[in-house]
Order: sequence, then C-alpha cells, then structure tokens
Amino acid sequence: MVAEQNEQQPLVQFSQVQKSYDGETLVVKHLDLDIKRGEFLTLLGPSGSGKTTTLMMLAGFEVPTHGDIRLNGRAITSMPPHKRNIGMVFQNYALFPHMTVAQNVAFPLEVRKLPKEQIAAKVQKALGMVRLEEFGQRRPAQLSGGQQQRVALARALVFEPELVLMDEPLGALDKQLREHMQMEIKHLHDKLGLTVVYVTHDQSEALTMSDRVAVFNDGVIQQIDSPSALYEKPRNSFVANFIGENNNLNGEVVEMDQETCAVRLDDGSLVRAARINVHAVGARTTLSLRPERLYVDAAHEGATNQLSGQVEETIYLGDHIRVVARLSGGEPIMVKVQAGPHLVMPRPGDAIRLAFRTEDCRALNPVAAGKMADAGSTSH
Amino acid sequence: MTIQGGASAPPADRVLSDGDVPLKVRLRRAERVRKMTAFGLVAPLLVFLLLTFVVPIAGMLWRSVGDNELSKVLPRTEAALVTWDGKSLPGEAAFHALADDLAQAHADDTAVIAARRLNYDVSGLHSAVMSLARHHFDPAATPSYRDAVIAVNHHWGEVDAWGAIRHARGPLTDFYLLSALDLHQDASGAIHRVPADRAIYLDVLARTFRISLTVTLFCLVLGFPVAYLLATQPPKIANGLMILVLLPFWTSLLVRTAAWVVVLQDQGIVNDLLLWLGVIDHPLRLIYNAIGVHVAMTHVLLPFMILPLYSTMKSIKPHFMRAATSLGAPPSVAFVRIYLPQCLPGIAAGCLLVFILAIGYYITPALVGGASDQMLSYFIAFFITDSVNWGLASALGAVLLGATLLLYAVYSKLVGGTDIKMG
Repeated sequence: MVAEQNEQQPLVQFSQVQKSYDGETLVVKHLDLDIKRGEFLTLLGPSGSGKTTTLMMLAGFEVPTHGDIRLNGRAITSMPPHKRNIGMVFQNYALFPHMTVAQNVAFPLEVRKLPKEQIAAKVQKALGMVRLEEFGQRRPAQLSGGQQQRVALARALVFEPELVLMDEPLGALDKQLREHMQMEIKHLHDKLGLTVVYVTHDQSEALTMSDRVAVFNDGVIQQIDSPSALYEKPRNSFVANFIGENNNLNGEVVEMDQETCAVRLDDGSLVRAARINVHAVGARTTLSLRPERLYVDAAHEGATNQLSGQVEETIYLGDHIRVVARLSGGEPIMVKVQAGPHLVMPRPGDAIRLAFRTEDCRALNPVAAGKMADAGSTSH
Repeated sequence: MTIQGGASAPPADRVLSDGDVPLKVRLRRAERVRKMTAFGLVAPLLVFLLLTFVVPIAGMLWRSVGDNELSKVLPRTEAALVTWDGKSLPGEAAFHALADDLAQAHADDTAVIAARRLNYDVSGLHSAVMSLARHHFDPAATPSYRDAVIAVNHHWGEVDAWGAIRHARGPLTDFYLLSALDLHQDASGAIHRVPADRAIYLDVLARTFRISLTVTLFCLVLGFPVAYLLATQPPKIANGLMILVLLPFWTSLLVRTAAWVVVLQDQGIVNDLLLWLGVIDHPLRLIYNAIGVHVAMTHVLLPFMILPLYSTMKSIKPHFMRAATSLGAPPSVAFVRIYLPQCLPGIAAGCLLVFILAIGYYITPALVGGASDQMLSYFIAFFITDSVNWGLASALGAVLLGATLLLYAVYSKLVGGTDIKMG
C-alpha cells in the first residue's frame, strides 16, 4: 500500500527552491518542479541558466539557499550526497584512473558492503548491459571516449538507483558517437524503467531523448513540456528562439479576442496571430514564425496572412531550400521551402510574397531588437 | 568523393625512390638536423653538469678507493712485502728496505705522508714512522735490521704495522670503504669488525637515516593538509598561502636555522611562553639536541614536501570525489580509496625529495644539534677540513651515495618508479 501511495507521488519535488553562490545574485531564482517516476526529464538551457545548479542540488553537492527538495516525499535538503542513493554520470565520466573498469563498477557495491560473489555477478551484468564484458581488466585510460562513457553509465546503474542524474554526459563525444549514445541511454531508460534527469545545452539531444524538457533561462524554468509542445507551442519568445529555428517580427497589438489578436507590424502591415502571451491592446509583441510554416505560394490553403519582401539569398539543401528575404520594413526573415522537381528557385532580388496561417504565427512577449539577434543565434 | 582517372595516378603506398637510398637512411638524414639542433640546445648544460657534477663525483669515488701515497714513499718496502704471508713478522729484507725507504723519505721530507697514511690504519704508527725516519742506521754496525728497527719503535715488532704497510700499497684499496663501515682488514687479510670503542660510522649512518626518516614523516604529516588546502582553495587564497610556503625559500638557510636557535633556546620564546603559562617550572632543553635537529630540519624541508604534493593534488579533479560520494562512499572512504591513491605519486616524490635532501644535511644539525646528533655529512666535512683524511671523507660520501641509491631502488620498486612525479 505504501507502493501504491508512491505511485501517485512524484519521485522528486522541488518547492520554492532558490540558490545563490555569492549572496548577491540568484543562480536559481524560483524553482517548483515535480519529477515523475520513470520519466526522462531534460533540463535544457544556455550556460549559466541554473540547470546544472539544479542538478547539483538534487545530487546533494550544492545546498539550496531557500526551499525544499523532496525525494520520495522525504526532505533531502540536508542529506549528504552519499546517503541519497542517486546514480550520477558526470560530464567527464569521472572514472577513477587508478582502478580497472571492473573495480570502478564494483566501487558503489563495495561501499555498500555487498558480499563478494554478489558484487562480481552484478559487475558482470552491468558491464554486459553496456556491452563491455571483455573490458573489465582494462584501465579507463585504455578505453575510447564512448567506452568510458558506457563504463560511467554501468557504474551509475549497477547499484540500481531509482534516480539517475546525467550532467552533459555526451558533451565530449563526436557527433556520430553522441547520437549513438543518445539512443543507447534512451533504450536503457526504457528497459530498466529508470527515472532520469538529464542536463544538456544541446536542444536536439533534449528533443531526441526526453519525455519532458524543462527550458531554463535566467534561473527560472521558462517552459516545461513535451518536445513537440516546446517546438510547436512555445509559451514565450525565449523558448521559441531557443528551440529550433525561428523568425521574430515586432509589432503592436491593435485588437484582440480570446484566441487571436491583430498585430500591426513596424512596417505598417497588419497580421492576425494566435494570442499566446499578450495581455492588452496597445502592448508591444514579438511574433514567432517557424521558417517551414511560411509559404512562398500566396494561395496556400488557409494561409490568410501575407507579407511582401525581397529575396536576398537562396541556399539549396537537397530536401529543402532556405530563402533569406528582407521584408518591406527591413526585417530579415528566413523561409524553408520544400524542394521538389517543380520548384522554381527564387533568385536574389526577386520580389516575394510570404503567406502563413494565423495559428502558426504566435504573438509572444516582446524581444528588444538587439536581443533578438542573440536569442536567434542560440537556436543553432 | 571519388577520384576520376585513377589509372594514371601512382599507387598511393609506393615509396617514391630517390636513387637507391633506402627510406630509412633518408629518414635519418631528414631527422639529423633536428637532432643536432636539439643536442646543441642542451650541450651547454651538459658540459656544465659534466664539469661540476659528474667529474667531482667521479673524483670523490676514486679517492675513496685510490691509494698511491705510500707506494711512492716506501717502494722498496712494498716490493719486499709482496711474498710475505702476513702471519708472522716479515724477513730481514723488509726491515732493511723500510729503513732505507724512510732514510730516503727523511731526506725528501716525505716521511710525514707515510706516517699520516699508516696512522689511519694503526694508531701509533705516526710516531713509529717518524722516529724510524729520523734514526740513522750504520749498515756496518747493524747486523740485523730487524732487531735494530724494532729497537727504535716497538710497533715494528707487531704484525699489524706491516699489514698496514702492505694494505696501503695501492693503487686501489678497500681500506677507506671498510673503515666507513666500521670494518677492518688485519695483516692476514681477514675482515672483521673494529672494536666497539672505535666503531662510529655505522651508528652515524643509522642515525642519519633515522633522523631523515623521522623528518620525512613529520614533513608528510604537516605538509599533506597544507598541500590539500592549497589545492582546494580558490586561486586568490591559494596564491597567498603559496607565498607563505615559499617564503622560507627566500631566506638564507643560515638565517632560518639561527632563528630556531633564538626561538628554542633556554630563554627563547617557546620556553618563556611555557614558563609564563605555568606548564613547566624550568626551561626545557629544546636545542642542541635531537628535538632541535628535528624541528629545524622539518621546517627547512617542508616546502620540498608541499610542492610535489600540491602539484599532484592540483591535477586530481574534484569530480572524482563527487563521483565517489554520489556512488555512496562517505567522505572518509572516498578520501582513502579515491583521493589518497591518486596522491601517491606526489607523496612518493615529496618523501623521496625530503629524505634525500635530509640525508645530506649539514648546516642545520651542525648548528642546532648536540654532539650526538651529528649526521654523516658532519663527519665528511670534518675529515675534509679538519683532519685532511680525504680518502675516508670520500668513502663516507660513497657509502652515503650507495645507501641512498639502494634505498631509491627499493623505494621505486615499491611505488613503481614511473609513478613518481616531481611536479
């Protein structure tokens, strides 16, 4: 019956957590976060956004300056890390260089004083799980980066923790290996029913692996949602720019109803947008438009909004064409056009009409013109 | 990408030939200039080391086994002793040769060389040689040189004196090295321990090692936490602390040692404080004894322990300790099983450095130690400057060097030589 109760309860609860390192600025400003049993949660954000600090507080290496962290309903704020029974994979693997692979994996079992035969069996099983049975007697330095990463995984999982934390574990690997390891971690998560909290600044990694992603910025969770919701339905301009590619258009709300609003752009054109994060007529807003939801054929079905501009550059990318244009107001805008045999490539200097649907144009909080470029650049 | 027209391109793995010169030779030629440059860069230091380090040490080692003074002064005597059995007194010819040699030596003013050299071996021979050299024998009035020589000095009637002469015939001798180990070879060639009242060097050697070992241990115990603090503090604080560690390096060794005299003497700061606190009612003897030597040497050598430790600890990333605790190890277990083993190269280097420096220490024990706290270097200095027995001084040096090398060999075997990290 205790188990039943546990099923209902989130595994981890952060309530009103704050953290400051220097007593002046808050690295984590306000954190309320429930982590569900068995989910793969990614903390995503630029460096300094508070995501790693959040992970370190959960692991016990940092103490929150305010608030409460609960694991299984028990406050762990003042519990030392070695009593938390949380597995952790570090950025640089942190394999003990003076021990063999098998000794590394056996370490958490030895400190738990398990009997010798049991340790040997569990170590073998854990190494088998990451397909490194043959490598037990090697030193970590004799392994490749990907193998070291797998040993670190085996070591963090061998004592069967309920919760596994991963701090940018794939950051040091090259792209191909990273993508391979992403799948491997994801499969282990599914197979073992683990709860994983994963920190990364790589948005594609977050989208590939996670059940939910918490986007951090400025010490606050900007949005926590499934990968598709983050991409399709960003709640604010930061998330819209951080996840995927995005066009920003600034304007002023001239009229609004429950669902939509009319926005007069700075070049004078009027568009109708989904009302997401605007609160009053007359307020400034930034419209978020995904490049693939802009159409160069003005008659596209349901695309009631129209903007005109001039093509500056076209880039052929095989499956699609990237058109960089400038609107009549001078704002740059980027369009992804599905490539196909019948497509006529727009040429630089051509006039272009862009059409889009109301629901693909999201009116969000305004971004200052200077900041916009910054926000845009983080999306790559 | 595929290369078009591959047929016309040469096979990629064929070595382009340059006449009949093999590739290896060409490689060597290409590397030669680089090697010569590298050698040229280290050549000045190499020459310097050769002249100031290798040559003097070789000279010292040579002096510890070389022995050619006596054979120049007593050539005929040495020749007469070649067939001597060493058990009973030699025959008449040897006595005659000795008298003739010393008469010649007296005329050349070289008798004192023989006297000093023989006296190292058998005390009393100095006067025996000198008196015999001054004595004038009339060949006609001397029927038996044997009786006449013994009559001049009774030492010549003892086998040991003749053994000493033969033993010192050179050009090589084990006399100094044996002396340095408190051993002695008698006239018949048997090696035995010198009498207990004359044995000193083994004790001194043991004492030297004991003091060095204790000082090394003190340095490790005191230096480890300091190095840990230095390695774990933020750079701003660590740099300040580092200056405190290095400060002693900027002060003369003599000044530092003298400062300990001031601090530890009977009316020094420590005794005054303890008296004032009422802990003791009469001053403790803290200097001119073993306590003074250990305290001062530990202080002087501490930086040599801290620096290698610091550099090793600095390279141990904090995430190892974090990883260990996240895997369930309490901090103490994580320290012993994860941190300490990674410190071993630094511990090894620090201990070795301190121990080897301590073993050769001279000034500090000479200034703050008592008569029974002097280390081997003191005796080496004594034999070089006071009694001018360079052979024994060299032999003691050689023993010290040998013992140190032996210890180093054992040590590097234990910790794995390649693991020692000097920072």
